[in-house]
Amino acid sequence: MLEIVNIKKIFNRNTVNENVALNGLSLTISEGEFVTVIGGNGAGKSTMLNAIAGVYSTDGGRIIIDGSDVTPLPEHKRAAFIGRVFQDPMMGTAANMGIEENLALALRRGKKRGLSWGIRASERKEYYRLLEELDLGLEHRLTAKVGLLSGGQRQALTLLMATLKRPKLLLLDEHTAALDPKTAPKVLDITKTIVEKDNLTTLMITHNMRDAIAMGDRLVMLYAGRVVLDIKGEEKKNLTVEKLLHMFSSASGSDEADDKLLLT
Amino acid sequence: MDLSFLNLLGQLPGAVSQGLIWGIMAVGVYLTYKILDMADLTVDGSFCTGGAVCVILILKGQNVLVALLFAFLAGMLAGFVTGVFHISFGISPILAGILTQIGLWSVNLAIMGRANQAINVNNYRLLVSLRYLQEAIKGDKPFYWSPIIVVGLINIVIIAALYWFFGTEMGCGIRATGNNLNMARAQGINTDFNKMLGLMLSNGLVAFSGGILAQYQSFADINMGRGAIVIGLAAVIIGEVIFGKIFKNFALRLLGVVLGAVVYYVVIQTVLWLKLDPNYLKLLTAVVVAVFLAVPHWKEKIANKRQIRKGDAENA
Repeated sequence: MLEIVNIKKIFNRNTVNENVALNGLSLTISEGEFVTVIGGNGAGKSTMLNAIAGVYSTDGGRIIIDGSDVTPLPEHKRAAFIGRVFQDPMMGTAANMGIEENLALALRRGKKRGLSWGIRASERKEYYRLLEELDLGLEHRLTAKVGLLSGGQRQALTLLMATLKRPKLLLLDEHTAALDPKTAPKVLDITKTIVEKDNLTTLMITHNMRDAIAMGDRLVMLYAGRVVLDIKGEEKKNLTVEKLLHMFSSASGSDEADDKLLLT
Repeated sequence: MDLSFLNLLGQLPGAVSQGLIWGIMAVGVYLTYKILDMADLTVDGSFCTGGAVCVILILKGQNVLVALLFAFLAGMLAGFVTGVFHISFGISPILAGILTQIGLWSVNLAIMGRANQAINVNNYRLLVSLRYLQEAIKGDKPFYWSPIIVVGLINIVIIAALYWFFGTEMGCGIRATGNNLNMARAQGINTDFNKMLGLMLSNGLVAFSGGILAQYQSFADINMGRGAIVIGLAAVIIGEVIFGKIFKNFALRLLGVVLGAVVYYVVIQTVLWLKLDPNYLKLLTAVVVAVFLAVPHWKEKIANKRQIRKGDAENA
């Protein structure tokens, strides 16, 4: 479903601040796989996701989604295949627009936006039903401005928007990191439900090792802009934090795994 | 005193007409300033472009409606240029607008051939004119010749069209673009295209308004758009402050902007009636707009201070 071939991304090239964020990273994900991604600060997790989504161009390599090379496509065109949820709850929704308006925008992802009504009466029933499933009481506030919602509510809504029109690929960029400890597990639960229901191919970045182990069916660890660990199947099911740390040390030849950054 | 108050009353229809004409322009400013969240200074130039194109075409014997259509298109072209400066050249919106505005000065002179082009209402059938207003008041012409009626209707048509447009998929895309670029792109919205479209639509309306004003005052002048952005902003802000609490619906908000422009001109007329030196009008406008723009900021600051004081009191 997703093939990342040897992508490179260098920030501030030819300056003293030159930073190789992605150093020939390759990764292939098959249809329906739920991959969690971990790695320390600066390992290239977010850069990888942004490169896939087309937020910026890469300095080499190719990105192939479902057989078609999307490397030359701008961000808004790639959005036809990709659903995204960001770390910042403010980023995924339009605050001054209503809940149903946001959903209606998401329903038209990848379609040409013409002069027919931006939201049809028939859609509202579907939105009501989907919001009811979230169990956050949002179904009664269809016309309320999204700016009035809490961070957790906004992330749940963004998740719904990202998957309203089934994406070929769902990208979650630490989407619970900015939430309070009570809300984060709830949004993770919703994530699990949605991903399982539609059998979505998913890439989820997290900085929480426990979440990375508990969720998904494959775990990938990045270090210095490359994949250093790739654990799936039975091995992933039997994974513990201790085992993971040990595997990381031997794979990267560094004891940086003890670094607090990885554990936070 | 009594007589001079009647004098003010006598000037009110003129102020209302002018307010309604500038109201169209202010709606254009609303599109960029409020919906796209960018201050577009192109309008100071495109307003005059609209007046110039309209007057020259009428002088050349074109139908007044055709002339207004071309004024609208000329404004869209000006917006397009600002869009290219901003999107393709990567220039910040404010600077892009200033560049177009400066360039338009020469273009406007070229269109008119000189700094001022008059159009005689006796020789041409115009859509609106100060003369028609006076004649309609005197009863020499039926009431529907009055610019208040004509421009009022034009405003209603424009508001209805915009209400429809911003409810469509395309219009919603523009709103999302102005609201949250990241979200818009993630939902597959072409934000560059939408900014361009917004800038063109906005300047089209501004130029259209310039075309109407040129007819109303019987001339186009190279300086007619100077400070237009500030008048537009004043109308948007006055509309919001006075009618914001009751006008929540999008169409009503636009109506609020038009009424804001009317209030602005009535106030200006009143201030002139109070014998203020007209030279100080622009200064007055600038100060008023600055203060109104500052109000939300000040409110927040005061609220924060109160919160802190409250916190201190609780901890003491």
